[in-house]
Amino acid sequence: MAWLDTVLQGVLLGGLYALFATGLSLIFGVMRLVNLAHGDFSILAAFLAVVAVGTWSVNPLLALVVVAPLMAALGYALQWLVLDRLLGRGVLPAVLVTFGFSVIIQNGLLEVFSADSRRLNPGGIETASLALGGGLAVGWFPLLTFAVAVLLLAALQLLVGRSAIGRAFRATSDDDATAALMGIDTRRLHGLAMALSLAIVAVAGIFLGIRTTFTFSSGPDRLLFAFEAVIIGGLGSLWGTLVGGVILGVAQTVGAKLSPGWGVLTGHLVFLAVLLLRPSGLFAPSRRGDG
Amino acid sequence: MSALAVERATRASRIGLVLAVAVVAALVAVPFTGNAGLMRMIVELTALLVLAQMWNLLAGYAGLVSIGQQAYVGLGGYALIVLADDLGVNPFLAVPLAGLVAAALALPTALVVFRFRGGYFAVGTWAVAEVFRLLVANTDALGRGTGRTLKAVFPLARETRELGTYALAVVIGLAALGAVYLYLRSRQGLALMAIRDSEPASESLGIDVFRTKLAVYMIAAFGTGLTGALIYLNLLRISPDAAFSINWTAYTLFIVVIGGLGTLEGPLVGTLLFFAFREVLADHGAWYMILLGALAVIAMLRFPQGLWGLMAERFGVHVFPVRRRARLPG
Repeated sequence: MAWLDTVLQGVLLGGLYALFATGLSLIFGVMRLVNLAHGDFSILAAFLAVVAVGTWSVNPLLALVVVAPLMAALGYALQWLVLDRLLGRGVLPAVLVTFGFSVIIQNGLLEVFSADSRRLNPGGIETASLALGGGLAVGWFPLLTFAVAVLLLAALQLLVGRSAIGRAFRATSDDDATAALMGIDTRRLHGLAMALSLAIVAVAGIFLGIRTTFTFSSGPDRLLFAFEAVIIGGLGSLWGTLVGGVILGVAQTVGAKLSPGWGVLTGHLVFLAVLLLRPSGLFAPSRRGDG
Repeated sequence: MSALAVERATRASRIGLVLAVAVVAALVAVPFTGNAGLMRMIVELTALLVLAQMWNLLAGYAGLVSIGQQAYVGLGGYALIVLADDLGVNPFLAVPLAGLVAAALALPTALVVFRFRGGYFAVGTWAVAEVFRLLVANTDALGRGTGRTLKAVFPLARETRELGTYALAVVIGLAALGAVYLYLRSRQGLALMAIRDSEPASESLGIDVFRTKLAVYMIAAFGTGLTGALIYLNLLRISPDAAFSINWTAYTLFIVVIGGLGTLEGPLVGTLLFFAFREVLADHGAWYMILLGALAVIAMLRFPQGLWGLMAERFGVHVFPVRRRARLPG
C-alpha cells in the first residue's frame, strides 16, 4: 500500500510538472524559442502572489486573478521589445538573452525579497485530504492541481486545434514567412504565445508556492523538470506533456522513497534513459520540422 | 606573378606580440613583489579567462551553446581531490590529469547531449550537469553534500603552495590562449569556422561535422576541467553546490558575450571588465550580476559582436588574426 501511495503522489505531482511544461512547449512549438528563464518566471509569479496576499490579505488562489494577467502582459512586452528581434538569428541570441533574464530575475528577487524561503497559504486546503479506503489518502490540493493541469491542457488543445488564433499558431509554427504572407501578424502572434505561456507558468508558480516552500533560486529546477516532461512526452504533443510530467513525478517520488536525496536524481536518470531509448519521446507526432 | 597574396598576420598582431611579451614579463615579476593577494587575484582572473576561452570555442566557433560547462568545473575539482588525496598524485601534476578525467567523461556525455538540437542542447547540457552534481552529492567517498578539503598540500609551506599555484595558473592561461589560437589557425580550425558559417555546405566539402564538434566538445571539457582543478587548488575547499554551480557558466557567458563572441580578444576584454564590475560593485550584493545580465542582453540586441567586435570593426584591429585575408599585390 505504501508503494501504491508513493506512485499516486507521483502521478499528482506530475500534474504540476505538466503545468510548468505546457508553457515551455507552447512557445517552442510556435516560434522555436527555448526560454531558459521559464522556471524563474514561475517563481517571480509566486513572489508577486506573496506581495498580493500581503497587500490585500486575499487567498493566493485569488491572487491569480491579478498575477496571471500581469505575467501575460510582461510576456507580451518582452516578446515585442526583445525576444522577437532575436528570432531567425540562430540559436545563440535567444538562449543567451533568456539566460540573462534568468540571472536578472533571480538576483533581483534576492535583492528585493532576501534569501528567505517563502510559502503561500491558501487557508487549510493544502493539508486537507480525501480518504480512498484501505489506508490510502490523497491531498485535496494535489488533486486540484492535477485537475487544473488537465483542464488547462484541454483548453489549450481546443484553442490550438479549433480556433482561428490556434490556426494562426499552427501556421506560424509550420512556416513563419508564409504565415506572414497570408496576412498573419506574426509579431503580435508571437507576443500572444509568450503572454499565454507566462500566464500558464504563473498558475504553475502559485500552485508550486502553495505546495512547497520556494526561494529566489527555485526557478532553474522548475525549468529542468518542465523540459524533461516535454522531452519524455515528445515535442509537439500536449497530452504527451502530461504523461511526461506524470512519468517524471512518479520517478521522483519512487526514487525519494528508495533513498532520500535520490528523488530528483532518479527523475533525471529516467529522463536520460527515455532520451537514449526513444530520442523523439514517447508520443511525438510524426511531423517534419519538429525538434 | 600570383594574383593574390594571403595574409595571416596584421599590424596589430605584431604590436600585440610585443605587448604579449611585456605582459608575460610583468606576470613573471609579480611573485617577486611578494603580494599574495595580487597573486590569488591573478589566479582567479586566469581561471575565468580560460573558462571563457573554452566556452567561446564551443559557442562562438562550434555553435554548441552549452549551459552545462559547470559540470566540468566540478568534475575537474573533484578529480583533483581524488587524485591528490586518495591516490597520492602530486597536487600540481593532478591538475592537468584532472583535465584528462573531465575529457574522458565528456565522451559519454556528448553521446547523450548531442541528441539535442539548438536551444534544447542548452537545457540538455544543464540537466546533465545537475545529474553530475547530484551523483557527487550522493557519494559518501566524495563527502556528499558537505564536500571535501584538499589535504595533499598541507605539508607544503604556504609560500611554496601559493607560488606553485600561481606559476601553474600563468602557464595554463598562456598555454590555453596559445593552444586555442593555433587550433583555430589549423586545418581543423578552418573546418570549425566553416561549420559555424554553414553546416550543410561544410559537410558537402567533406568535413566530418560530428567528429569536429565532438573534438571541440572534448577539448573544451579538458580545458574547463583543468581550470576547475586549478580553481580548487587555489580554494582548497570543495562542495557540490559551489563546484557545480550554474554561476560558473553565467560568469563565463557574460564575459564572452560582452567582450565579443567568436574572437580570441573578446574573452580577454570581457574578463577584465567582469573583474572591474565586481570590484566596483563589491558592496552592493547581487547588483553586479543584475547589471552584467542586463549588459549581456543589451549586447545581444545592439552589438552582438561584443565590445571587442565593435573596436575591431571600427579600427580594423586584430591582435589574434585567425582569419586568412586575400590581398591584391601592389
